[in-house]
Amino acid sequence: MGLVLLIIIWLITIISSYFFVARTWWFPVGASAAAASIDHYFTVTLLLMGIVFVAAQGILGFFAWRYRDRGTSSVAHYSHGNDRLEIAWTALTFILFVGLNLMSSSIWASERFRPAQPGAVQVEVTGMQFQWYFRYPGPDGKFGATKPELIDPSIGGEGAVGLDATDPASKDDLVTGTMYLPVGREAEVILRAHDVIHSFFVPGMRFKQDAVPGLAIHMHFTPISTGDYEIVCAELCGLGHYKMHGMLKVVSQQEFDAWLAARESEKQ
Amino acid sequence: MTILTSAENFSHAGLQQLEMRLRRARLGLGVGVLGIVMVFVSFTSAYIVRQGLPTLDPRTNTLIRDWFPLPLPALLFFNTGLLLVSSVTMELARRQVARSTTPTRAASIPNVFAGREGTILWLALTAVLGVSFLKGQWTVWREMEASGFYVASSPSSSFVYLLTGTHGVHLLGGIFALLSAGATVLFRRPAESRVVVLDVTAWYWHFMTLLWVYILCLLEFAR
Amino acid sequence: MVEAQAHAQAHAGPQGFIRKWVFSLDHKVIGLQYYFLALTAVFVGMFLSLLMRIHLIWPSVSLPLFGEIKPEAYLSLLTMHGTIMVFFVLTTAPQGGFGNYFLPIQIGAADMAFPVINMLSFWVTFLAYMVMLSAFFVTGGAPLHGWTGYPPLSALPSAGPGEALGADLWVISIALFCIGALMSALNFITTTLDMRARGMSLMRMPLTCWAWFITAILGLLAFGVLLAAGILLLLDRNAGTSFFVPLVTINGQLAGHKGGSPLLWQHLFWFFGHPEVYIAILPAMGLCSQLVSVFSRKPIFGYKAMVYAMLSIGIMGFMVWGHHMFMSGMSPYSGFAFSVMTMAIGVPSAIKTFNWLGTLWGGKIRFSSPMLFAIGFVSLFVSGGISGPFLAQPVLDIPLHDTYFVTGHFHLIMGVASIFGIFAATYYWFPKMFGRLMNERLARWHFWFSLVGTYAIFMPMHYLGMAGHPRRYSELTEVGYLHNLLPLQKFITYVAFITIAGQFIFLFNLFWSMKFGKKASDNPWEATTLEWTTATPPPHDNFAGRTPVIHHGPYEYSVPGEPRDFVMQTDPLTVAVR
Repeated sequence: MGLVLLIIIWLITIISSYFFVARTWWFPVGASAAAASIDHYFTVTLLLMGIVFVAAQGILGFFAWRYRDRGTSSVAHYSHGNDRLEIAWTALTFILFVGLNLMSSSIWASERFRPAQPGAVQVEVTGMQFQWYFRYPGPDGKFGATKPELIDPSIGGEGAVGLDATDPASKDDLVTGTMYLPVGREAEVILRAHDVIHSFFVPGMRFKQDAVPGLAIHMHFTPISTGDYEIVCAELCGLGHYKMHGMLKVVSQQEFDAWLAARESEKQ
Repeated sequence: MTILTSAENFSHAGLQQLEMRLRRARLGLGVGVLGIVMVFVSFTSAYIVRQGLPTLDPRTNTLIRDWFPLPLPALLFFNTGLLLVSSVTMELARRQVARSTTPTRAASIPNVFAGREGTILWLALTAVLGVSFLKGQWTVWREMEASGFYVASSPSSSFVYLLTGTHGVHLLGGIFALLSAGATVLFRRPAESRVVVLDVTAWYWHFMTLLWVYILCLLEFAR
Repeated sequence: MVEAQAHAQAHAGPQGFIRKWVFSLDHKVIGLQYYFLALTAVFVGMFLSLLMRIHLIWPSVSLPLFGEIKPEAYLSLLTMHGTIMVFFVLTTAPQGGFGNYFLPIQIGAADMAFPVINMLSFWVTFLAYMVMLSAFFVTGGAPLHGWTGYPPLSALPSAGPGEALGADLWVISIALFCIGALMSALNFITTTLDMRARGMSLMRMPLTCWAWFITAILGLLAFGVLLAAGILLLLDRNAGTSFFVPLVTINGQLAGHKGGSPLLWQHLFWFFGHPEVYIAILPAMGLCSQLVSVFSRKPIFGYKAMVYAMLSIGIMGFMVWGHHMFMSGMSPYSGFAFSVMTMAIGVPSAIKTFNWLGTLWGGKIRFSSPMLFAIGFVSLFVSGGISGPFLAQPVLDIPLHDTYFVTGHFHLIMGVASIFGIFAATYYWFPKMFGRLMNERLARWHFWFSLVGTYAIFMPMHYLGMAGHPRRYSELTEVGYLHNLLPLQKFITYVAFITIAGQFIFLFNLFWSMKFGKKASDNPWEATTLEWTTATPPPHDNFAGRTPVIHHGPYEYSVPGEPRDFVMQTDPLTVAVR
């Protein structure tokens, strides 16, 4: 039985580890400025934790076999432990775990502690059951007022966010169901929700943030490759949670300006 | 007015047994009280958080604070007085029964009833005061409603109802405990049970009073 | 003298059926009641998860009796699966079940401190269970807001099917459960502090007792917070208050609330929720220590360290709740603080793992069924624990939060490891409770099905998570990149079928052995703790009127110079004194 345990535990360990190392199912290609450091940090964590995982399971399996009861030839070693060893492995574990954590603190700080840079593209992202809407402030650079009473998803766009037409700043606001961003420029997203908590998750951008009713949460990220990136909802929001998805299209600055201009002229 | 008969004196072993039961019961009550305290710690933290919480006003897209403290009806303070007095009467009942464990006769104190009838009287008084307190709290609610402050009218009114209501429910439990303690005093044979039951009931009652004073201070000063 | 008299009086116990088996005050009967409640709950919970797995990969299949699993049903299944498993299995069986049965005996007491409260705590829990199940049968059905119940989704009756009456019943059930849990915690703490037999110092208690004790303290301090949150949620749902709900519109209509904070619920819930996961795992950790010692014939490696580790896990468990909220909109500075604390709490867990390995080292291992599950527990604890540090870094939580990576993590560490603890406890203490041994052959089949099966179900979920697969999706057809992950989802469902089938081996073994199992001696495992000194099953007052006196620690195995390879805690002093 000891040998069987060793074999099965080692097999489970090897097979699980294989799929991590082989990256059979893996993160999508990182397309934001932060992705490289996040992915690198993930790899470091995976390596260190992987070593611990393999070592612990390996030792477990080995001990189960090595110290099996072999009848009169095996004698258990009477000991209540070893204080020096305890202190040693406690200290090492503490250094490993906390050290690992502090390593990532600078990435977290740069992602979350500082506000968006001036000149960032502003997009207000609003989540509601079960659709994402994206509002651009237009040439005046100001978001117009919204009124909850005016919210009417059935007329789409402006109606969905409850845009208040009486506010002059609203005139040039653009509301779309697809998100466009220019490549290489920092984007400031302002996350809002109308009804329940949603979460704006773009795997390719390594970006996720809950959209909470009652709050307008300012975040930023910088797309660095053009392409289409799927947006999904990552906080259970009701029946349609699974189909609350959208698309982020990252295009060149020119294409972005052209797209904005085309949308603006459509409004007239 | 019967004074303790010698049959109810405690032997040394009996006192040891009583001490053990008392210690255990008090420990249990202390632990239970800690559990209840956590409920009110949570309410307190929600209260403080809510006071300072800004919320997004979608019309102006700015964060606003919407906490307006509620004026507390004066009746609340009168009710507090009732509860404080009830703690005194409760304590008198508890001490009276506790004294019955001493091997010597209880020294007679002028104007204080001794014996089981006395204890019942103090318990009854405590219960009456407790019920009056609850009736008073109910009246406070009516007064608040008359001034237009219902449970959902404003964040501060919600908390007033919440805190007074939850405390009231626990106090009602205490009143049932009083009734049970009264029954114990009247009908239970072992004197030891009377001491323990009265003791636990009394400390729970004092906790209710203390909790109420805390809630009042919170509502009055942390606005 | 008086104590012996009291014990003699208590010796016999009540004889009528109702007072002996229904409203029993005997901690052993109450323990069994909790255990069998958990047993039904775990099969209900497993059945719900099977329906979930079927729906995910065959959305339009029509099941016999059941019909088609509608999309709204999936989220209700998910919610109830989580709620029933976490509360009515993981918080009942290890603590209310085995803790109730064996804590008094292991410390040398005749019963719990407050038997009436003990009885009430079970029946309140039972009532909570009935209320929870009733949510399935009301208009709108069971709620769909997940076991975490985040408002505004859980606070607005019109936010989805099941969110009206079903959600009210859910909250009420949880509130009742909190009350039952608080009563139970009261008993455990008082009993451990005040009723240990002579010689049973705290540092001579078996680690199971330490685990139950610390778990009870966690429960005492945490369940009140959940109760408070539940009360606030009920008020928001039914009295129009706005503790948790800001100004929202639902289905185009203003919901009538304003100013509340959804984050407030999350803080309150997780302040309870994180200690709760330690409540679910600590008893299993205590038992694992017990079992690796008994079945390696060696003292536990580092008893004191094990105690301090559990204490630190308990204390620090109250300081890490924010790691469930890194993406919630909470201040990123708080996030940083919580994450450092979370990594720190990994340290005592690691110490415990080292000490279990240290106990195996140099041992003389017997592979009886309890030991198999104890070894399985260590393996699963390592696996589930290792994925924790990933999620504990907020930066890595960005891509991983609310994906299947989290689902895989908590199922391995909380779901499976804890359940292995329950299995191990069953195989271990069955002979003491029922006087017979469970069948070893069937036990081994059960073990392999469960170990390999659960790894095959939950390890792949980590891969799904890394690939960006969000949680709680009832259909996998809408999002483009999920198409490639469907084969892996299919694999998980197939394995789930097999693994669940394997659990019926256990169920059969359990009931068959009660009648037909090989008769057991009073101490079939040759263990040292007090429950193995009693008759089988123990009499009503556990020690037949005698009060045990303790001379040794609980792990005196293979003591040099002793005639047998174990010294009972009550054996008179000879060579080994600790």
